Amino acid sequence: MPQIFPRKSNTLPHLSLGGMLGSGVIVVFLVWYYFSPEYTDVGYAPEQPVQYSHRVHVDQLGLDCRYCHNFVEVADISNVPATETCMNCHEIVLPQSTDLAPVRASWAENSSIPWVKVHQLPDYAKFSHAVHVNNGVGCETCHGRIDQMEVVQLVEPLSMGWCLECHREPENYLRPNEEITTMGYIHSEGFLENNLNRIKQEGIRPPTNCSACHY
Amino acid sequence: MSASTDKTVTLPAEPPLVTGNLGFHDITQLVSYHTEKRPPSVWYMAIAVSSTLLCVLMLMIAYLVWNGIGVWGNNNPVGWGWPIVNFVFWVGIGHAGTLISAILFLFRQQWRTAINRSAEAMTLFAVICALLFPTIHVGRVWVIYWTLPLPNQMEMWPQFKSPLLWDVFAVSVYFMVSLIFWYIGLVPDLATLRDRARNAFRRRILGFFSLGWTGANRHWRNYEKTYLLLAALATPLVLSVHSVVSFDFAVSIIPGWHTTIFPPYFVAGAIFSGFAMVMTLLILARKIYGIQNIITMDHLEKMAIIILLTGTMVGFAYITEFFIAWYSQVEYEQYAFLNRATGPYAWAYWTMMSCNLLFPQFFWIKRLRRSIPFLFLTSIIVNIGMWFERFVITVTSLHRDFLPSSWDYFNPTIVDILTFAGSFGLFMTLFLIFLRYLPMVAIAEVKMVLPQSDPHYYDKHEAEHEAN
Repeated sequence: MPQIFPRKSNTLPHLSLGGMLGSGVIVVFLVWYYFSPEYTDVGYAPEQPVQYSHRVHVDQLGLDCRYCHNFVEVADISNVPATETCMNCHEIVLPQSTDLAPVRASWAENSSIPWVKVHQLPDYAKFSHAVHVNNGVGCETCHGRIDQMEVVQLVEPLSMGWCLECHREPENYLRPNEEITTMGYIHSEGFLENNLNRIKQEGIRPPTNCSACHY
Repeated sequence: MSASTDKTVTLPAEPPLVTGNLGFHDITQLVSYHTEKRPPSVWYMAIAVSSTLLCVLMLMIAYLVWNGIGVWGNNNPVGWGWPIVNFVFWVGIGHAGTLISAILFLFRQQWRTAINRSAEAMTLFAVICALLFPTIHVGRVWVIYWTLPLPNQMEMWPQFKSPLLWDVFAVSVYFMVSLIFWYIGLVPDLATLRDRARNAFRRRILGFFSLGWTGANRHWRNYEKTYLLLAALATPLVLSVHSVVSFDFAVSIIPGWHTTIFPPYFVAGAIFSGFAMVMTLLILARKIYGIQNIITMDHLEKMAIIILLTGTMVGFAYITEFFIAWYSQVEYEQYAFLNRATGPYAWAYWTMMSCNLLFPQFFWIKRLRRSIPFLFLTSIIVNIGMWFERFVITVTSLHRDFLPSSWDYFNPTIVDILTFAGSFGLFMTLFLIFLRYLPMVAIAEVKMVLPQSDPHYYDKHEAEHEAN
């Protein structure tokens, strides 16, 4: 009886076996890397309705974060400032600037500026800014060097694993409460020991159970 | 070519495994020509019905995924409801295949050769149906891969302490081993079909899947060794899979579930229901495809005896549970069982008892064991009973939970019912496709049990020699 397949097809079983194992490993790697917010979300920098520059306001003019985001120490959400907050200064400073036209329009019409949310957490994850900033987690730790950004962009993945890294070992990240809004903060000598003492004294126990955030 | 006249045969003669004085070629012809000709008209009617049901299943799954678990009757105390009942039901049915193919093989039960191919196919299809239910029951189907230990952005691993996770591994390993076992057994028969193929396309397809089988001595030696090793690997799985399924219940602390008898009792029940389903399918298939000489009355009778044995074991377990509830002096356990037999689900309990324990007892009567209509009826009744067993276990224990204010009665919705009916569509469609395209009987293995394969009575001489 004539052969149906050529001799070289004998390698097919070995190839397919190796291919299956190899593709299994590759699929795991692809999911691990490409399904992660570190790949999909970091670098998100949407265009905003007003070309507001954090670099100008924070780095050059020296505004504190809490001048505009004034609820951050008492509320779960850190508010985007109301138009009135902008107009406190801009009634006098650059009152004719074309870049500020949407702000003046918002003020005149008593409507909100449609800012685009950059740091988006899923609805099923509860997060409180107040709890974090009052216990030594700096703005910079999660939001990065906002003072260097012309347009705000996402610099950390905000994934669950990323949260847990700090919740499991907070001593690596905490800073003194008076340095919360400092940008470009450099940990002092022996900060690990200081942090461990503080964690012990103040009873900072970041929860890692499910219902800490999902409830 | 009957051999019973030989005077050296002194052992009580077993009835022949293949009747009708068939030769080697007759067997090949009888089985393989069904894959080569147009199927009988009954097949078309059956596939029309089953694929319609399959479409119903697809619609129900789409509806479920779109709307969420609320479309089912699952309520607060009864969080498991029909999906888990159906899962255990189908996994149980998927047990006869490996039992027949692995355990009966190791015990040299030669009658398995006539039924192992279709029983294994049935196993695979039942396990597919079984895997479907927990998958859609998790609610968010799109993250079902969380059950696998893959590195992920949440830095979370599955809960290895949970029997539900053991289930994922137990059932999927079982599926893969059964699939490989089934496929290895198919290789010589696929080569037979390949050699009979008339058109080049069919020959190439079958040639691809028969892995270059030529029937050479070396091929047979490798094949037999592989088959034996796989049988040894699959044997523990027969016991482990349904034990792990029973852990889903037994590891919890719910009265009526938290019992050590569960693993053996579940395994017995699984074999019981699996054999009943094999019987239902084969009674029809042997008639429609005219293979009564290969799957003989004796085969059906042997299956009936296994159904009688396992049914009685299951019934014994039901009664033992009651005894232990009384003997334990735990009032919650006692309540759970009294409530089963006399509470709002008493109708389900007594359906289960009569279908599983009482009805198979008719098989003590030889005449009924050899009556086709009665066998068919019993096989259906046993499967109804085994579905109710899972329903009784799941629902009666849950509907009276520890907080009396949340006690509730479980009612299935139309979606529950149609999804379950649809799973039969999936099962039957796959089985009918199998009957159409693959040899439904292991041709090569049946040839080995023909008298012609042992013309010099080597086996019998040996047995005689040992007896002396």
